[in-house]
Amino acid sequence: MNINLTLIGQLIAFVAFVAFCMRFVWPPIVSAMAERQQKIADGLAAADRAGHDLELAQKRATEEMADAKREAAVIIDAANKRAAALIDEAKVAAVAEADRVKAAAAAEVEQERARAQEQLMSQVSSLALAGAEKVLGSEIDAAKHAELLKSLTADH
Amino acid sequence: MAANGHEQTVSEYIVHHLTNLTYGKLPAGFVRDDGTVVSDTGLWTTAHGGDEIAAMGFNAVHVDSMIWSVGLGIIFCWLFRVVAKKASADTPSGLVNFVEMVVEFVDNTVKDTFHGRNPLIAPLALTIFVWVFLMNLMDLIPVDLVPEGLKLAGIEYQKIVPSTDPNITMGMAIGVFILMLYYSIKVKGFGFVKELSLNPFNHPLFIPVNLFMEVVGLLAKPFSLGLRLFGNMYAGEMIFILIAALFSVGVMWILPAALLQVGWAIFHILVITLQAFIFMVLTIVYLSMAHEDH
Repeated sequence: MNINLTLIGQLIAFVAFVAFCMRFVWPPIVSAMAERQQKIADGLAAADRAGHDLELAQKRATEEMADAKREAAVIIDAANKRAAALIDEAKVAAVAEADRVKAAAAAEVEQERARAQEQLMSQVSSLALAGAEKVLGSEIDAAKHAELLKSLTADH
Repeated sequence: MAANGHEQTVSEYIVHHLTNLTYGKLPAGFVRDDGTVVSDTGLWTTAHGGDEIAAMGFNAVHVDSMIWSVGLGIIFCWLFRVVAKKASADTPSGLVNFVEMVVEFVDNTVKDTFHGRNPLIAPLALTIFVWVFLMNLMDLIPVDLVPEGLKLAGIEYQKIVPSTDPNITMGMAIGVFILMLYYSIKVKGFGFVKELSLNPFNHPLFIPVNLFMEVVGLLAKPFSLGLRLFGNMYAGEMIFILIAALFSVGVMWILPAALLQVGWAIFHILVITLQAFIFMVLTIVYLSMAHEDH
C-alpha cells in the first residue's frame, strides 16, 4: 500500500482517456442516438397521419359508393322506362305491319280471284262455242261469232 | 505454490499476491537481499520484495497496475470508438446496441443528477463507469492464473486488479477533485471562498471554525471516492486469495473451497458493477455540487 508515481501515471492516463472519450466517443454515439430518436418520432407521426388519411379516404369512399348506388338506381329506373316504351312502340309497329300485310294479302287474293274468274269465263265461252259448233255442225264464222261472244263475256 | 527453494507459507502466499511489480529508485546506501550496496546516485531497478518497495518510497511505479489499467482503458476507448464510427440513425445491432445501452444508462444517470450544462460530465461519467468496471472485472480472473503464468516467464510479482491499488483509485479521485476545484472556482468565483468560510455558522467570528470544517469536508470527498473503491476491491481480492489458499490446506477442503469460490465470484459480479456505478454517481454528485451556487 505504497503511494508512489503510479498515482501521477494513473492521473495522466485518466485525463487522456476522458479527453479521448469526450472528443471521439461520446458525441458521435449520442448524436446518432438522438438522430435515430428523431427518425422514429417522425416515423410514428407519419404513421399517425397515414392512419388519419386512411380514415378520411374510407369515409369518402363510403360516400362515393352511396352516390354511385343512387345514380345506378336512377339509371336502372330510366332504362326500365325506356324499355317499356320501346316494347310499346314495337307492339304498335307490329300491329300496323300485320294490318298492312293482311291488307296486301286480301288484295292479292281478290286479284287472283278476279283473274281466275276471267279465265273461267273465257274457257266457258270457248267451251260453249265448241258445243255450239258441234250442235250446229255447220259452218260458222269463228271470227264473226267470237265478236259476239266477247261482247257476251263482257256483259257477265 | 512452492517459491524459490523453500516451501511457501500461507501468509507468504498472501503477501506475494498483494505485492505489486514495482520499478523504482533505491536510495543510496540501501543494502539489497544479495548483499550489494546501492551506490551514491541511487539505483533504478525492479524491486524484489516489500522492503525494497518501501525503501523506494514515492520514486516508484507499479508496473503491473499501470499496464493493466492503461491496457483496459485502451480496450474501453477502442471498443467505444469502433461503435462511435459505426453509429448511425439506422437500425443498430449487436455491439452497437450494447454500447448504446451503456451510453444511455450513463446519460440518464447524469441527467437525473447533474442539472447544469457541461459537455464534460457525461463523457467523464462514461469513462469512469466503464473503465472502473473493467478494472474491477479483473478480480473475477482466478487469482493464481496470471501471476503464476507470468512467473514462468520470469516476472516475480503481478497484481492484475488495478483497482486494488490505492494509487490507481486515488489517481482517479484526485482527477475528479481537481475538476471539482476548477468548476467551483469557475462557477462561483469568490463565492467559493464564502461558501467555505461562512458555512455552517454565518458569523465573522466563526470563520476559522467554518473554514476548518469545510476544508476537511472538501478533502474528505476525494478520499471517500478513491478509498471506498480501493477498500471494497482490496477486501474482495483478499477473500479470493484466502479462498485460493484454502485449496492448499488439504484434500477435504477442495469442495468447500470451490463452492466458496463460485459463491463469492457470483456475489462479486454484483459488487464490481455496484462499485463502478457508485464511483460514477459520486463523481457526478460532487461535480454537481461544485456547479451549484448558493
